[in-house]
Amino acid sequence: MAETPRSFQEIILRLQSYWARQGCAILQPYDMEVGAGTFHPATTLRSLGSQPWAAAYVQPSRRPTDGRYGENPNRLQHYYQYQVLIKPSPPNLQELYLGSLEAIGVDMNLHDIRFVEDDWESPTLGAWGLGWEVWCDGMEVSQFTYFQQVGGHDCQPVSGELTYGLERLAMYVLGVDHVMDMPFNDPDAPIPLTYGDIFKQTEEEYARWNFDVANTEVLLRHFEEVEAECKAIIEQAHMDPKTGKRIVMAHPAYDQAIKASHMFNLLDARGVISVTERQAYIGRVRALTKMCADAFVQTRAGGWTEEVA
Amino acid sequence: MADLLIELFSEEIPARMQARAADDLKKAMTDGMVEAGLTYASAAAFATPRRLCLTVDGLLDASPRTVEERKGPRADAPEKAIEGFLRGAGLTRDDLEERDTPKGAILYAKITKEGRPTADIIAEVLEQTIRNFPWPKSMRWGSGSLKWVRPLHSILCFLSREDGAEVVPLDVDGIVSGNTTRGHRFLAPDVITVSGFDDYTAKLKRAFVVLDSAERRDTIWNDATNMAFASGMEVVEDAGLLAEVAGLVEWPVVLMGRIGEAFLDLPPEVLQTSMKEHQKFFSVRNPKTGRIEKFITVANRTTADHGVTILAGNEKVLSARLADAKFFWDNDLRIAKSAAGMGAWVENLKNVTFHNKLGTQAELIERMAVLARELAPMVGADPQAAEDAARIAKADLSSEMVYEFPELQGLMGRYYALAAGHSEEVAAAAEEHYAPLGPSDDVPTAPVSVAVALAEKIDKLTGFWAIDEKPTGSKDPFALRRAALGVIRTVLENDLTIPLVSVLRGSVLEAAGAAYWAEVLSDDNEDERKHSIGMGLGHFRDEAFKTYPFSSEKTDDLLAFLHDRLKVYLKDQGIRHDIIDACIAMEGNDDLTLLVKRARALSDTLKTDDGENLLQAFKRANNILTQAETADGVEYSYGADVKFAENDAERALFTALDAAEATITPAMAAQDFTTAMSAMAGLRPALDAFFDATQINTDNGAVRRNRLNLLSRIRTLCTSVADLTRIDG
Repeated sequence: MAETPRSFQEIILRLQSYWARQGCAILQPYDMEVGAGTFHPATTLRSLGSQPWAAAYVQPSRRPTDGRYGENPNRLQHYYQYQVLIKPSPPNLQELYLGSLEAIGVDMNLHDIRFVEDDWESPTLGAWGLGWEVWCDGMEVSQFTYFQQVGGHDCQPVSGELTYGLERLAMYVLGVDHVMDMPFNDPDAPIPLTYGDIFKQTEEEYARWNFDVANTEVLLRHFEEVEAECKAIIEQAHMDPKTGKRIVMAHPAYDQAIKASHMFNLLDARGVISVTERQAYIGRVRALTKMCADAFVQTRAGGWTEEVA
Repeated sequence: MADLLIELFSEEIPARMQARAADDLKKAMTDGMVEAGLTYASAAAFATPRRLCLTVDGLLDASPRTVEERKGPRADAPEKAIEGFLRGAGLTRDDLEERDTPKGAILYAKITKEGRPTADIIAEVLEQTIRNFPWPKSMRWGSGSLKWVRPLHSILCFLSREDGAEVVPLDVDGIVSGNTTRGHRFLAPDVITVSGFDDYTAKLKRAFVVLDSAERRDTIWNDATNMAFASGMEVVEDAGLLAEVAGLVEWPVVLMGRIGEAFLDLPPEVLQTSMKEHQKFFSVRNPKTGRIEKFITVANRTTADHGVTILAGNEKVLSARLADAKFFWDNDLRIAKSAAGMGAWVENLKNVTFHNKLGTQAELIERMAVLARELAPMVGADPQAAEDAARIAKADLSSEMVYEFPELQGLMGRYYALAAGHSEEVAAAAEEHYAPLGPSDDVPTAPVSVAVALAEKIDKLTGFWAIDEKPTGSKDPFALRRAALGVIRTVLENDLTIPLVSVLRGSVLEAAGAAYWAEVLSDDNEDERKHSIGMGLGHFRDEAFKTYPFSSEKTDDLLAFLHDRLKVYLKDQGIRHDIIDACIAMEGNDDLTLLVKRARALSDTLKTDDGENLLQAFKRANNILTQAETADGVEYSYGADVKFAENDAERALFTALDAAEATITPAMAAQDFTTAMSAMAGLRPALDAFFDATQINTDNGAVRRNRLNLLSRIRTLCTSVADLTRIDG
C-alpha cells in the first residue's frame, strides 16, 4: 500500500506512472479549450475504427456555467480531468481502475467503493455508452463507460473509458475541504503553492467574463465561422493536389468542431440561448462532430486501408 | 429428480433493473424448459448488484419420450403428395402405416420424439435466454458481439441429484459454464465452489453477499429505524429509495451521519431532495422539531474502523452538495427579496418558450392572469389576489434551485413568494396551481389556488385546441387528458358553478391570438414580420374575436372533450355513460357541478323500483306518442283536458300529474334534482294503472287526441328533468 500522497500534483504523477505501467501511452493535454477530456481526439476519434489503442492523459477542461468565482468548495469553471481510453476494453478494466485508486492512496480496506448506474451520453458528440459513476464513500470520483457509439458510428471493438475528476478526487484523498486550500506542490517545498494560489484569481476573472462580459455577438460570429470552416475542410477532396497524397483532414476539421462546442458553452453561460435554440445549437455541433467522425474512419488511424477502399 | 442452480455473474447491474431481470430470467428459463417437456416443482430467482440467480427444484432427469400420430394422405395419393408429407414430418416411407377407414386407405405416421437429457435442454434454453435477454438497455464490450447489461464474466450452471452434481456444459462466446462464483468484490473476492442452492446461499453469506433483495431491504430498514430511534429520531419512509439502495449493495451496512449546522435552515424538502437524488441518503427527522437533522447512508461493506472513514466521507460530500443548494437558495432569496421581486424571474420567462406555436412562458402567464381574474368571482377568490398569484405562480421556473431540482417547482415558488412579501394565499397558489397532478392527487381548495389552478389548465386546453394539438388515441404528449380531469375534479370537489362555455370561449380567443402572434414572430418574411409586429398582439386578439365561428367550434369541441373525460371519471364512480348522456343533453351542460348533481340523482332514482318502472312506462308513452306523431304528421303538445277523460285511471293520472308538476317545477328551479326525480318516479303507479285501463288509439278522435296530449304532458315533464330517451334498456 503506497504512502498517502501530499499534493495535487503527486496524485497526477502517480496516475501517470500507474497507467504507464499498465501499458498506456501517456499523452499530453490537447491544446484547445474543451469541456471534458472526452473531447481530446485521443478519445473521440481514436475510439472509432478497429485499431487497438491505449492512452492516458490529463485534460484541462472548461465549463463556463460552473464558475463560482472560486468561492464554492468544489465547483470550478476550469478544472482537470484524467482520462484513460483502452480499446478493446480489457476484461479486468474494473480491477485496473481500482488499482489506480490504490496507487493514489485510497485504502481499499477502509473505503466504500461503488459502481452506480450512469449511462453516458454526449449530444454534441453524437455519442453514448453504458457504465457507472464510481462512488467513493458517496462521492462521485470517476466516470466509467463502455463506448457504444461515437459520432453516430458503432464502436467495434468497444473502448473502455475512465474519467477522473482530479480536483474532487485529490481533495478527498488529501482530506481538503475547499479546493482552493489544496496543496498543489509539496507543502514542504521551498515555495509551497496551493490550488488557490494558482487558480483563485483566474476563477474570479473567468467567472466575471463568462457570465457578464463575454461579447455575445462576437461569440455568435465565431460560432458561425468555425462551423463554416469545419464544413469547408470536410468538403475538400481526399487527394491533396500538391503532394499527390491521400490526406483526409479529419483532425483539423475536428478542431473546428471543438471550437464550435466551446463557443456554444460560452454563449450558454451568458444566458443568451433559449431552451428551443439550445437544441438547435447542440444539433449543429453534433452535425460537425459526425462529419469529423465520418472523415476519421476514412483515415489509416480510423481503420481505412487501400484494400477496403 | 434434479435441482438446477444458475448464476449469471457480471459487472454491476443497475439497481432499477434487478428485480425485473430476476423475474425475466425465471420466466424465460421455466417457459423454455416447459416447452421442451421438462416439468419442475418450484422455481425462484434472485438479483444482487453483480449476479442474477435462478434455482429450480424437482426437475425431471430427462424430458419424456413422446409419440405423436399424424394422419397423412390417402394410400393412393400421388407420389408427390406422399413425399411432401414425409418431408414435413421428417420421416421415411417405412415409418408409415396404412389403415383402412370408411374413407378408404389412409397413411398414418407415428412420430416418436425421444426424451432428451435435462442438461441438454437447459444448456440450450439458457444460451437462448442469455442471447435474447430483455434488458431495457444492453451493451457490447471488448471485441465481442454478445450483449448483456454490463460485461458478463461467468456462468454457473449445474444440476444436482442425490448421487452428485454435474455442471451443465455451456459456452457462450467464450464464457464457459462451471460451478464456481465469487463473493463480495472487496471483502471476499476469491473463487467459491458451490454444490447446491443451500450451499450457494450459505457460502455467499460467508463471503459477504446477501442474495435475496427482500432480506437486504429488511436489514436496511430495521437497522436504519433502530439506529434513528436510539437517538430519538425517525427515518422518513421512502419505499422507492429503499428498493434502490438495496440494489446497490450486496452486504448492507447502515450508518447514520450529521447534517452541517449551516444547512439545517434550508427548507426540509430541499434537504430531502438533495440527499435522496444525489446521495441516495434517507432523511432522518427530529420528531420534536419536525426538522431533518441527520441522514442514513447504506455502505456496501464493513471496515476495520467500523465505518468511521466512510461516514466522514459521506458527510463531507453532503456538505459540498448542500453548499451548492445553499448557494442557490441564498441567491434565489436575494432576488425574491429585491425591489423587482419575482418579477425579475418572470421577465426571464420571456426568453423561455412554452410551445413554439403558442409563444413564451411569459405570454402564458399573461393569459393565466387574465383568466384567473375572470374566474375569481366564480370560485370565491379576490380578483386581485388571483391575478397576482397567477403572475408569480411560475416565476420559480427561472430560479436556480428549480433549475437544479426541477421536482421542486411550485414548492420553491411558495417559499420565494413569501420571501418576496406576498400573502400566504398568493404564495400557496404558486405551489398548488399544478395540482391535481394525478387521479389520486388532492385538488386545491383555497379559492386563490383554485382560480390559478383552473386558469392554468383551461389555458393549456384551449391553447392546444387552438393549434389543433388534441390528444389522439394513446398519444397525449401535452397531458391534456390529465389537465381536463384536473379541471373536472377541481370544479366538482369544490362544488363550483362555472359557466364553462363562456370561460372557454374567451380563453380560446386569447389562445388563438397568441397562436397568430407566435406565427407572426416566426415569419420568414422580414417585412411581413415587422409590419405585423407593429400592429401588436392586441390586433391579433381582435382578429381572433372576429372569427367567431372558429372560437365557437373549438369551444364546442373542447366542451365535448371535457364531457368525455367526465364520463370516464363518473364511470369509475359507478354512474353509467347513458345516464350522463341523458344529462349532457340538457340545458346548462357546461356547468359540470349541475350536470353531475343531475346525473347522480338520476342514477339513484333509476336504481329504485319506482324509477326503473317509471322509465319503462315513460318509454312506452314516448313510443306511442312518437309513432302517432310520425303517422299523423303533427306534434301533440296541446294541453290535455281532464273533461275528455273516460275512466278513473285516466282521471287519476291527471291528478297525479298536477301534483307532480307542483313539486317538480319549483324543485327544478332550485336545482333540487333528488326531489324532482323522486316526484317523477312517484308517477309510476298512476301511469301503470293508466296504461292498464286505457287504450290510447281509440276510434274516438277527440279522446285519442286528448290522450296523446296527455302523453305529451308526461314526456315534457319527464324530459324537463333529464333526457330519458337516451337511457338504455
